[in-house]
Amino acid sequence: MAYLSDISGIAMTNDVSALHLVLSGDPGLFAIVWLSLLVSLSAVMFAALIGVPVGAFIALTCFPGREGVIIVLNALMGLPPVVVGLAIFLMLSRSGPLGSWGLLFTPQAMVIAQTVLVAPIIAALTRQTIEDLWVEYRDELAAMNIGPVGRVLTLVWDARFSLVTALLAGFGRAAAEVGAIIVVGGNIEGFTRTMTTAIALETSKGDLPLAIGLGIVLISIVVLINALAWGARHAGERYAE
Amino acid sequence: MTTRALDSELPVVFSDVTIVAGEVTILDSINLFFSPGLPTVLIGPNGAGKTTLLRAAMGLIPVTRGRITWGGKESAKSVRRAILFQRPIMLRRSTEGNVRYALAAAGVPQAERAVRAADLLALVGLKGLERRPARKLSVGEQQRVALARALARDPAVLFLDEPTASLDPHATKAIEDIVRAVAARGVKVVMSTHHLGQAKRIAGDIVLLHRGRLIENSPADALFAGPKTDEARKFIAGELLV
Repeated sequence: MAYLSDISGIAMTNDVSALHLVLSGDPGLFAIVWLSLLVSLSAVMFAALIGVPVGAFIALTCFPGREGVIIVLNALMGLPPVVVGLAIFLMLSRSGPLGSWGLLFTPQAMVIAQTVLVAPIIAALTRQTIEDLWVEYRDELAAMNIGPVGRVLTLVWDARFSLVTALLAGFGRAAAEVGAIIVVGGNIEGFTRTMTTAIALETSKGDLPLAIGLGIVLISIVVLINALAWGARHAGERYAE
Repeated sequence: MTTRALDSELPVVFSDVTIVAGEVTILDSINLFFSPGLPTVLIGPNGAGKTTLLRAAMGLIPVTRGRITWGGKESAKSVRRAILFQRPIMLRRSTEGNVRYALAAAGVPQAERAVRAADLLALVGLKGLERRPARKLSVGEQQRVALARALARDPAVLFLDEPTASLDPHATKAIEDIVRAVAARGVKVVMSTHHLGQAKRIAGDIVLLHRGRLIENSPADALFAGPKTDEARKFIAGELLV
């Protein structure tokens, strides 16, 4: 019982310290938070630019092997981050094909790794969303003589509120990811250290207040972004033209 | 609203048209034409081929044998043809947004769309619901939005596939009134229905289909007064055609 009481006491002390770190606006902590947001949101943006058109293309076209492509795309949603990190590491390392770019252990390398992880999620969810809507709209758009480009634009626009869910899923993956960015980013303090890599490092060092503080911030940001997206989606659906 | 019949789309002529899906013959050697004038109503039991005939007439599905011409030409696509499906599909936009989309698709200049959309929504009795999300309207109202969208194409010929199948009598009357008003403006209306009463109220000509075959094609008065075939007599008498 005395042991449990000690543990409880340590946890409470750490919670108070963590809260103090967050509320005091610790510059080190907020630099980490800022970099994390920059990397994850950039990755989601690039992944959306790739994933939405790819998903829409697969949804609206028939080609040999389409079902196989869909199976692979769905499977890629579960890509192991460490494996992606290793692959990007090998490509960006000095002897790799993209080694001359000099991106290894930079935030850009982390964005590339997270883009590779997130793009299949956005593409697969976009494919499903657009395909479902296409089944519904097909006759009507055909009757209005809407061409292929017009169909894609109409379907993506009309599915935009559903596609927000795909972007959120992608952001969730990017924000929570640690395996790939620690391999290609190196977790360099003040340069490539993000919330997740810092949490892993500080926990291993025993600096629990910082790890807990970062955990609180990370969860708060994820909840906040989901709440904003939810609000935007419902407002948009209510007032959509 | 400037709907008018355009000679370029009419007559719609079916020449020995057969449509086969898999091993099923949906339409079997249909010879038929739709010319300017009073509405033509397609009647027949489920599976008779009414929907397929309308879709083929719209140019949405290819024929297996035979040919369809519109005003003597075989052009499958035209903005001067419009169709209303049995179940209205609403784009995820406002009521007015749905009509403006159809106007844009028909090539109406952007500057004219607001006025045209207002006119069309007034014609179908939806004034005041412009800003309402179309998917939140009742089924009857949605069908009227779909009708406004179809009319946005300023069609010469309007195909209606059982447009009142899922509507109550009040909503059915609203649609029928609009259809009559549209036909009075010179638009050729071709409509399918299950309801003989509706056929009597709307039709100038009747086409009876059964199992993909054209059984009878006559002026409505003549068909109801003296059907020439056994199938027509049975159908009009309310007997089951199997």
